[in-house]
Amino acid sequence: MSGKPKLYYFDGRGKMESIRWLLAAAGVEFEEEFLETREQYEKLLQGGSLLFQQVPMVEIDGMRMVQTRAILSYIAAKYNLYGKDLKERALIDMYVGGTDDLMGFILMFPFLSAEDKEKQRAFIVQKATSRYFPVYEKVLKDHGQDFLVSNNFSWADVHLLEAILMVEEKKSDVLSGFPQLQAFKARISSIPTIKKFLEPGSQRKPVPDDKYVETVRRVLRMYYDIKAN
Amino acid sequence: MSGKPRLTYLNGRGRMEPVRWLLAAAGVEFEEVYLETKEQYDKLIKDGFLLFQQVPLVEIDGMKMVQTRAILSYIAGKYNLYGKDLKERALIDMYVEGIADLMQMILMFPFSPPDAKEKNLDSIKEKAINRYFPVFEKVLKQHGQDFLVGNKFSWADVQLMEAILAVEEKIPAVLSGFPQLQVFKTKMSNMPTIKKFLQPGSPRKPPPDAHYVETVLKVFKK
Repeated sequence: MSGKPKLYYFDGRGKMESIRWLLAAAGVEFEEEFLETREQYEKLLQGGSLLFQQVPMVEIDGMRMVQTRAILSYIAAKYNLYGKDLKERALIDMYVGGTDDLMGFILMFPFLSAEDKEKQRAFIVQKATSRYFPVYEKVLKDHGQDFLVSNNFSWADVHLLEAILMVEEKKSDVLSGFPQLQAFKARISSIPTIKKFLEPGSQRKPVPDDKYVETVRRVLRMYYDIKAN
Repeated sequence: MSGKPRLTYLNGRGRMEPVRWLLAAAGVEFEEVYLETKEQYDKLIKDGFLLFQQVPLVEIDGMKMVQTRAILSYIAGKYNLYGKDLKERALIDMYVEGIADLMQMILMFPFSPPDAKEKNLDSIKEKAINRYFPVFEKVLKQHGQDFLVGNKFSWADVQLMEAILAVEEKIPAVLSGFPQLQVFKTKMSNMPTIKKFLQPGSPRKPPPDAHYVETVLKVFKK
């Protein structure tokens, strides 16, 4: 046992990607086991390692953690990316809740029909530019600091950068009305651990493709009929 | 300003109900503002109260908190219902998130089209009996303690209690295969703050009815 956290998921983004981002941002090396077959998944189930029969699952500090939000909160707190007190944590939780909702619209995107994809793309861009990005733009403008919460790098910054890059993959000029976010993106991308994660060869996963969708459907026997928002 | 937390939501369970449960369990009195019209909701947005243009909104300790999980985590942290260290918090978070997935199905149920209701009810039953309740039955059986985590009352216990009652409203005999959960439910019901919350006249909201669904659709109409 290496002592490094071990991630159990598909070889793709999905719900695990935010966890990869956060561990990488914290400078924590991790291992991955990729689910490719139904048999692997059933073996995990039978072995009792999946508390609610679901992945993501992360083996960390002697625990088999499930539930993405629980895993992220644990990592954030352990590596001092969760603010210094309850009120800072509340702000981080609120901000992360927003970016989580936004990334949730993108999560199901690969599973949609071609027609629904266009509809969903428009929906994602509309929500990003009218509901979510303006909030973070204003937060950064109002306090003029480098980071979202109390001038300290936190989970909220990592999550927002991840969300920005994902939305940009759907519309490359989506930040054009958001100068603060453009500067934020450049700043956070140049933090050494994040810069490393953004380079080729890192454990960051590419935009999900048809092979990823086919693997998820085959392994989980789910998500055959997803509708756009 | 009374100093009490103030909850803004519809006059019904929805996403605010877990917040009512947790505040009540912690013995914290709170006020409520009920959204009844689209105009009220639009005004809240226009006045900048809703960070992401959504409710629940809880005004607490000088903050205008939104995002249900953020609100619940804050309350749990403030009132010592979040375990004693990071690992206990991790367990509580895992349990609470799992239960939230089950509660989400119940949340959406009143809004499902009539021809999907039976299928959705079967789904709730299947998930409660095969996925969620067995986990907590096993946890309680293995450690033999009264509470889910660290032998101490926590957010996880409150959330599980809420879920048990919500599922029982739909499937009355659902606990029949879960003796530990039956004992747990009785113990929780007898805790003074919870007992009070379960009595008539408390801030606890009734199951959603047609009027509630109609109000939701009216207030949040685009």
